[in-house]
This record gives sequence, structure tokens and C-alpha cells, in this order.
Amino acid sequence: MSKQMELRLTGSGGQGLILGGIILAEAAIMDGKNAIQSQSYGPEARGGASKAEVIISNEEIDFPKVQTADLLLSLTQVACDKYVDLIGQEGLLLVDSSVTVPENTNAGEVIQIPILETASEVIGKPMVANIIAIGAINALLNIVSKESLEAAVLNRVPKGTEELNKSALAEGYKLGVRR
Amino acid sequence: MKKNNIKLMQGNEACVEGALAAGMRFYGGYPITPSTEIAEGSAQKLPKVGGKFIQMEDEIAGMAATIGAALTGVKAMTATSGPGFSLKQENIGYAAIAEIPCVIVNVQRHGPSTGLPTSPSQGDVMQAKWGTHGDHPVIAISPSSVKEAFDLTVRCFNLAEKYRTPVILLLDEIVGHMREGIAIPDPSELEIIDRKKPSKDDKNYLAYKVEEGEIVPAMAGFGDGHRYHVTGLVHDESGFPTNSNEIADVLCTRIMKKVEDHVDDIVAYEEFHMEDAEVVVLSYGGTARSAKSAVKKAREKGLKVGMFRPITIWPFPEKQVKEFAKNVKGIIVAELNYGQLVLEVERVVKGSADIFHIGKVDGEIITPNEILSKIEEVI
Repeated sequence: MSKQMELRLTGSGGQGLILGGIILAEAAIMDGKNAIQSQSYGPEARGGASKAEVIISNEEIDFPKVQTADLLLSLTQVACDKYVDLIGQEGLLLVDSSVTVPENTNAGEVIQIPILETASEVIGKPMVANIIAIGAINALLNIVSKESLEAAVLNRVPKGTEELNKSALAEGYKLGVRR
Repeated sequence: MKKNNIKLMQGNEACVEGALAAGMRFYGGYPITPSTEIAEGSAQKLPKVGGKFIQMEDEIAGMAATIGAALTGVKAMTATSGPGFSLKQENIGYAAIAEIPCVIVNVQRHGPSTGLPTSPSQGDVMQAKWGTHGDHPVIAISPSSVKEAFDLTVRCFNLAEKYRTPVILLLDEIVGHMREGIAIPDPSELEIIDRKKPSKDDKNYLAYKVEEGEIVPAMAGFGDGHRYHVTGLVHDESGFPTNSNEIADVLCTRIMKKVEDHVDDIVAYEEFHMEDAEVVVLSYGGTARSAKSAVKKAREKGLKVGMFRPITIWPFPEKQVKEFAKNVKGIIVAELNYGQLVLEVERVVKGSADIFHIGKVDGEIITPNEILSKIEEVI
């Protein structure tokens, strides 16, 4: 990982992206790095466009918000359209296969992977899309150690869902392998 | 993967941990974004330590319950945001004149009125000082990090107990909702101050008499065996109301002086690259993080810029600001409002340095680059 990594996870309220952000930040802390996680959301509890941000750094992090995203994840079209301009020129735009990538994006690289479909068809639980997503992100960008990420996932998910989430994480790693 | 005791925590969660560590045993309030996690955390954790959590019917009652609980001898807190802070003002004045120690957390959000409920602001700085009517002492403290949300909540309780006055923790949505790593200190490392109580068999106890060498009157808890009267009216040493102008003068002066005379004990601030600074960015709370980042960037460009961060907003670090203002060309006040603490800076500096303001009322936070542009413009 370079000196500082700025991630923006976007989608619809209720998709668990804030939790995804928390897990990535906690894994970074387990690795001995500094991390800040924040979010912005509208007044609604479900739906709308939700944005979770994570900054991971080997140094002190002053400004707590993402300025130039190294990664923008979008699980929904609404979120992608709303946040796509906020990606850096060398940034990676990672979108779900259901999202049509807007033309003329600045992103340095665009990758489409079937996160939502894998959650509902392969794992059989749409709710694990966030865990699949962070597995894919970590496979692509190698931000935190694999063991810290798994430990962080297991610390945060409800009891009895550990195996389910481990499988989701593994599917995410598979989706994040560059072809 | 390393083993460490650092936890990822929100500013609001750290505030609850700090309150519990300081000895909070009562929370009365009404949840409101972006302070709700403080109510949730208090509701979960207070019963486990023998404390009480009550969700009241509104913020006014939440403040009243907090005052009532504090009078029974426990350390009490309430938390809210702008709209609720407005409602609490009348009772904050009551706590000020009746000298009831308590902590009020205001996680500032955009306003006026209900504004943008989920967006940050620092628009309640002047309200913290002048929100309740009449002259009254004010202590308001503003954390910039999750660790400070913990440490300064402890400090709020300590100051409340020491000076028998309501103390305001002026959080903002940036710090309240931000998660970062924090190592919670061991309880043995914390300085905890408890209010001075009268001895149980003191037959001559007067609830509002300041004993020789003390800053405030000893405070009996209701149920401890002493009988006394508590009122928002001007009162004599027994606590009963009076219309005496002389007593009014003594009381109202005394409650102002107990803070004024101990400013050096209360005031806290951070200085960053101030030694040779020609321009100083003065900022506080969540916005100070943008200021620090801007100052680092400016230093990389060889610009002589520093940051001064009041940690105590009220009382304002007047002496320190006056002093550094003599040696700088300009002061840039960066705050998330239309211009509030800048008025205090202007008052204190009295023209000995040029003063510039960066403010915002669109619900977005001030970025380091916005501050950096201003630095480059004025230096």
C-alpha cells in the first residue's frame, strides 16, 4: 500500500456499506495503521444514496474526508451517477455489473464485477454484498492483510453468520482477481 | 496482524466512554441526530454500572432531569444537537444560578432550526455563551478527535464538579460521527474530580456559603441528610430567595468570578508551528483538522504558517491570542459558520493583526485546500 489510501464506498442505504467501511478501517488498525471512517447519508434509513468513506494511512490523518478517491465502489446506478466525478485520475472505479458505467469518467481504471448477483445467487443472501465487496477491494488493492480483514469481519458480523460471511469474503477475493 | 488495544470508535461513542470513566451515573435526554449514539450508548451502558438512563418527553425535560439527578449527588449528563440545545437554554441558566454541576453535550449540526439534520456545523458557538438569558459563567470545550472526545468529556465533568457549573461539550457532526482509532486509558491514569460535600453532621451547613479557601459552596446531595432550598431566583446563603440588591450583586458576581478568576486552570489550547509563524490559522473542533492539514501543506511550500486551536472555546484563550497577535501579519479564522468566534478574535486582537474569515453554511466541511488558498492570498 502507498502512503495513504482513500476509499469511497457508495450504494443504497441499507446495503451495509458503512459497516463495510468500518470493517476495512478496523482491519487497518489491526495492521498497525491509522484509519478514519466517516459517512454521509440523507434523512432516510433505507434507500437514497449512501456514502461511506475510509482513509488508511501510515501517517497521522488530519482531514477526515476523502478528497481524491483511490477507489470508488458503486453498487447502484444512482450512487455511481452521483459520486462518479469524485474519483481521482489514477483511481479505480469498481462497479457492480448491474451498473452502467457513465461515459467520460476520469477514472484511471474501470472494473465491473457481479457483486450483487454473487451475493444472491452464489451465497444466497443479498445482505452479504458488502462483505463480498470488501473482499474484492482488498484483492484488487491489497490494502490490509488478509488475516486482519477476516478477523475484522468476524468481529462485526452477527453470531451464527461467521461461516456465511467467510464464504462471502472468499467469493469477494475470487471476484477481485484481475483477469 | 498486531495485537493492540486500539479500538475504532466514533466521537459520540468515545464521549459516552469518557462520561462513564468520569463517573456519570445518570443520563436524561431526548435523542436527536447527530447526537443519538450518545443516548444509545448511555442507555446500553449505564444500567451495567448501576446508573440510570431516562428518555424524557423532550429536550427541556431532559435538561431538567439532568439537573434533578445532579442535585441528588450523582454526575449527570445530557446530549443533544442544535434544536435541542435551544430548548435546553432556560434550564442551563437555572443550573448556572443554582450552581448545579452537569454536562451538556451539543453535537452541532447545520441550522438554524432543523436545518440540514445530518450535516455538520459550528453554528452554536455564540449560543453556548449567550443562549440563556442574564450574565452567567460559561465553560464550553470543543474536541477535534475521537481521543479528545473521550478526554474532554472527562474534563467537562471535572470542571463541572470543581466549579459547580454546567459545562458544555461542543462537539460537531464531523468529530461526533467520525470513527478513528483510540486507546482508552486505564481508569488509574485519569484524574477524576468529585464535588466537595459537607460533613453529614454539620449543623450549621448553609448550601450557598463559600467556606474560607474554597471556590464554591460544598454541595449536599438530596437525601444526604441536609435540608436546603434550590431556586432560580436570587438566593442568600441558605438558598432561599431574596430581593436584596446587595445579595444579588454578591451572588451574580461570585458565579462569574469563580470562572473568570480561574481562567488559567480552565483554558486549554493547541499550538502547531507557531514559533515563527507570520500567518496563523485559528480553528477549533472538526474544522481544526482541515486547518492542520492546510498548515502542513503550506509549510511544505516554505510558508511560515501556524495553527492555534482553542480547545476551550469559553472562556476564550484571550491572553494567548492577544500575545501571538502582536507578532503575526494576519490571522485566518476558519470555522463552520457565518462568522462567530471570529468576533471574539477581533475583540481580543483589537487591530494588532489583520483578521480574515473562512466560513461556510452549505452543510459541507471546510477543506484544507480552501484554507491553503486563503493562506496564499494573505501571506
